[in-house]
Amino acid sequence: MENGAARRYKSGAVSEWLRETIVEKMVANIVIYGFLLILFAVTFFPFWHIFVLSLNDASVPTYGQLMLWPSDFSLESYRTVLQDQEILNSIVVTVARTVIGVPLTLACVSMVAYALSKRELVGWRGINLYFVFTMYFSGGLIPTYMVVRSLNLIDSFWVFIFPGIMSVFWMILVRTYMEGLPKEMEEAAEIEGANDIRIFLNVIIPVCTPVLASITLFSAISHWNAWYDSYIYTYKPALKTLSAVLVKILNQFQTNDMLNAAQQLANEQRKMPVSSESIRMTVTMVATLPIIIVYPLLQKYFLKGMLIGAVKS
Amino acid sequence: MGFKGESNVGMTLLKHPAIKKMVRQRFVYLLLIPGVVWAALFSYAPMVGLYMAFTDYKPALGDFWNSLFNAEFVGFQWFDFFFSGRDFGQVMRNTLASSVLTLTIGFILPILIAIMLNEVRLNWFKRVVQTTSYFPFFISWVVAASIVITLLSAEGPVNQLLMKIGAVEQGVLFLQEGKLFWIIIALSNAWKDMGYNSIMYLAAIAAVPPALFEAAKMDGAGRMRQIWHVLLPMIRPTIIILLILNIGNLMNTGFDQYFLLGNSLNRSYSDVVDTYAFRYGIQNGMFSYAAAVSMFKAIIAFILVVSVNGIAKKMGQTHLF
Repeated sequence: MENGAARRYKSGAVSEWLRETIVEKMVANIVIYGFLLILFAVTFFPFWHIFVLSLNDASVPTYGQLMLWPSDFSLESYRTVLQDQEILNSIVVTVARTVIGVPLTLACVSMVAYALSKRELVGWRGINLYFVFTMYFSGGLIPTYMVVRSLNLIDSFWVFIFPGIMSVFWMILVRTYMEGLPKEMEEAAEIEGANDIRIFLNVIIPVCTPVLASITLFSAISHWNAWYDSYIYTYKPALKTLSAVLVKILNQFQTNDMLNAAQQLANEQRKMPVSSESIRMTVTMVATLPIIIVYPLLQKYFLKGMLIGAVKS
Repeated sequence: MGFKGESNVGMTLLKHPAIKKMVRQRFVYLLLIPGVVWAALFSYAPMVGLYMAFTDYKPALGDFWNSLFNAEFVGFQWFDFFFSGRDFGQVMRNTLASSVLTLTIGFILPILIAIMLNEVRLNWFKRVVQTTSYFPFFISWVVAASIVITLLSAEGPVNQLLMKIGAVEQGVLFLQEGKLFWIIIALSNAWKDMGYNSIMYLAAIAAVPPALFEAAKMDGAGRMRQIWHVLLPMIRPTIIILLILNIGNLMNTGFDQYFLLGNSLNRSYSDVVDTYAFRYGIQNGMFSYAAAVSMFKAIIAFILVVSVNGIAKKMGQTHLF
């Protein structure tokens, strides 16, 4: 093979060369497409499985059959889930924090990004370090909890907004983008006498739409998926996010799963609140659905964001 | 207005070039205020609160700051307690073992995926595979854990498959076998991130000049050789940087997946530094102890990342600052 195809042209060797290259191509293709098919299956099937189970009649035990299609189609689980007070409330909370939190994060992030895009700022190095340092070291869980408590944010809706309102990582993404903008834009506005804030609002922001769209999506997903702050900072059921409710369901399931069969039977007879598999699947689907919906948008914008981050790194 | 001396100093100060510049840039400083306040409150204040790791902090119903500085100073007592206790070895072992396993599997797969994807000519196939493989990155670990738990349940698809091919006789209780936990975590992490992580490598591969491949082909190199001798060496810098950065994150295992997939039966394998601190702090109320534990981890992680940064910098590559 190393000698190049041309030198192999002997009479019977042509067919042999043909066979070798074709066989090699075939083997290569099988390996490549096979690997990628497995990748596809592994990342697609789990979601499909959950989806199928959520559309299955909850009262019919599945005994873990490998189902590619609901065996007993029923929308009952969705009906139960979407009428459950706890779930509905958690959806409201999650939507609220997304709708309020995302614009605030956008504002904060872009403001700091713009300010730090100006290297001529007096004290730039110190301020930059001030922010970047927080990415590498933190007080940790307990001190943060204590601080949050001392700010009276425990059991308050605002604990979902303020601690997470800023992300230095996203700020760097936006800043990099801003640094890539032509200086003439700013200079033109400066000449016309606009102050920095006006330049920021009227000149820079409108041009930054792509990177801001990325941040919007990242931030929205972050809020939608959030469970940890709800888990440790809020006790009121009214302030539980959707994912936090799912965590509760998961814990119940894990605990139940570990009890032996007799205990499980006893629980059932006492009508203890154990989530059926179908309900668990349905809540999982409800939590995933918005991500699935915005995913095409994500694809368009996150690639840019990711590559900016990659270039920066 | 005070004496002449004072106002002269004031006037001189105002004439200082830096001050004049700051005044001119005052609006920019204005823009920084929310961010600065945020960092002060939620990043730096907790760092000050780390002092509680050196005291016997008992939460009074009152102000955190008052009771913090009034608490009895105990020096390194909590750190000693942690290092000399039984838990230390186990927790560190779990953290490092699962992290190394995750890193190994999670590092190789994205490269493989990128190389494979690059070889595909059928564009629609390529797009479909990419779209689906990137998706798990965006779901929360709560959803991911729900999926993993379902797939690995006693009657779930994985067990069904194993039984069908005769590998096991009855369902394996995956999440109750401590010894399997590390590989489960490594595979779950890979499942979630490998698609997304392959993007970097795809970009690096795309940056390789096609002329190099042409030249290799003309020298008679088949696909495999082209990959081995052209592609891999060209993306070596990217690979090395990412490898180094990942190693820097060795201690940062993440909390969510260990917390959600861990249970009392696999605890001796699933307990990592973060979950340990969480349990002792939030759940058992040993605040100072938990603060000491997470401070220990934060410092190690910090040293690791900074040195890794330094190494990457020395290798002539770009750095994160």
